[in-house]
Amino acid sequence: MMLTVEGLSKRFGGFLAVNQVSFEVREGEILGLIGPNGSGKSTTFNLIAGNLRPTSGSVRLQGKEIAGLPAYAICHKGVGRTFQIPRPFRKLSLLENVMLAAYYGGAGNIGRAEALRSAGEALDMVGLPSDATARTDGLGAAALKKLELARALATKPRLLLADESLGGLDSTEMERAAELLNNIRTRMGITIVWVEHIMGVLMRIVDRVIVLDHGEKIFEGVPGQAAVDPRVTEVYLGKKKT
Amino acid sequence: MTVSRIAMLVGLVILIALPAVVPPYFLHLLIQILLWAFIYTAWALMGRFGFVSFGHGAFMGVGAYVPALLWTYYDVTPWIGIPLGIAFSMLLALVIGYPCFRLRVVGHYFALVTLALSQVVLLSLVAARDITGGSLGFTQKAVGHSWYALQFPEKSYFYGISIVVWLIGLYVWQRIDRSINREALEAISEDEDAAAAIGIDVLREKLRVTVISAALTALGGAIYAQYMMYLNPETVSGIAVSLQIVFAVIAGGVYSMLGPTVGSLLTLSLTEGLRVWFGTNFIGAANTIYGILLILCIIFMPQGIVGALKGLRFRLQHTKVAAPAE
Repeated sequence: MMLTVEGLSKRFGGFLAVNQVSFEVREGEILGLIGPNGSGKSTTFNLIAGNLRPTSGSVRLQGKEIAGLPAYAICHKGVGRTFQIPRPFRKLSLLENVMLAAYYGGAGNIGRAEALRSAGEALDMVGLPSDATARTDGLGAAALKKLELARALATKPRLLLADESLGGLDSTEMERAAELLNNIRTRMGITIVWVEHIMGVLMRIVDRVIVLDHGEKIFEGVPGQAAVDPRVTEVYLGKKKT
Repeated sequence: MTVSRIAMLVGLVILIALPAVVPPYFLHLLIQILLWAFIYTAWALMGRFGFVSFGHGAFMGVGAYVPALLWTYYDVTPWIGIPLGIAFSMLLALVIGYPCFRLRVVGHYFALVTLALSQVVLLSLVAARDITGGSLGFTQKAVGHSWYALQFPEKSYFYGISIVVWLIGLYVWQRIDRSINREALEAISEDEDAAAAIGIDVLREKLRVTVISAALTALGGAIYAQYMMYLNPETVSGIAVSLQIVFAVIAGGVYSMLGPTVGSLLTLSLTEGLRVWFGTNFIGAANTIYGILLILCIIFMPQGIVGALKGLRFRLQHTKVAAPAE
């Protein structure tokens, strides 16, 4: 098992953002994590990646507990993440952005030259220019999403947490982004948890899907079932009148 | 780059040869400019990443007072006292830096916390008046020319020492500038979460640069105290000193290696020049003009003087290149 989440909860004051969520991610699969806005997807994500500390519960990466570790340490253990809203380092070049991830993200020490090579590979993988002069300003939404992915990939993750990789993209860009995630899984053998609030393209790519609503897991299964599950359709489309 | 190498060497030779030709007063001024340039450079090590500390007066004060007190009361040589002062200052940087960086105290809040630190050290020095002489300051026990006591009545010795420490400051600045830590700190200064997400230990990187900066500042304070022999809490610690550091660096340019040095050269020659020019005629006029010039500098040259000059050169080169098609 790549990732085991058990009884994960996060309380912000009186608000329970994530309530006793448990699920497993198998090695090599793409798991979709969906739910409407405010359902706790991103919080769950931040809990796994270490940006937030869980109130209770356990997160195990290949059997080892990682809950409560700082974000950088979780990255070193092999969890890469992207951010919903791209967060490039604007003062640095595209290559430097990814090079830093390669240099600091891996568990072992590598030199600058090795980090640059690895960064070049990651940029090639997502289809961004890997020459040293390319800057981050002037990049469109799609390119910035790719940069997020390249940075995460450069840390050589075993598990990739992709947060709303499709947000703000048009339909062709969405298709390409989805294909890219699929390629990352098949070619690089990286397990992926993919968060999205729209179902569309995601449902065709993922192996299994988990649906959150109000911080609770309301569904887990294959995408085909999700589309016809009454609780899921209720959350997304509203209750049927009888 | 050989041209700038040669220019640097020539500059250094001139700098070393200066004591032979200039009167003692100017030598005194030069020593101060170099020592402050060193301290300003130390501050800029972290200031350039937006970690604006108003606490460097504290590090300088600790660095200055620890060896001076140890020497005067316990006959401990500054060769031991100075490292102790530096160590104490590094400890202080850790004590203040760890909770700040852990709890994400950044920007204005970090400035305020460090401002308080400055004042705490100043007030402690004043309060311990039995040994420090309080606000009246105190004079170190003088023994004349002595390597053991690191005391030299001849100015040329301290001139040499201040050139060496200044060069150490520039060296450290460049080492960090060329290391991958610079890029990591640049990333941290923009977005700590994103930096942590790619595996950068934000806390460690920030603490490291803060501790290095504090250590060098303490060394600057120590040499300053050895040179002046007389220590006053107001001149080596406290908010006034911290503000002086911040303003001079911003005026000179926080993003370039020689910016802090230019800041030191400019602010010290300006204060001295104005002081000498006005004499006792218009008391306060010198400070007023100094203040106005500083404000104008900060408003119209946010990159500092060195930054503004670099920008100008960049624009000139580009207009030249732009004329014929590339």
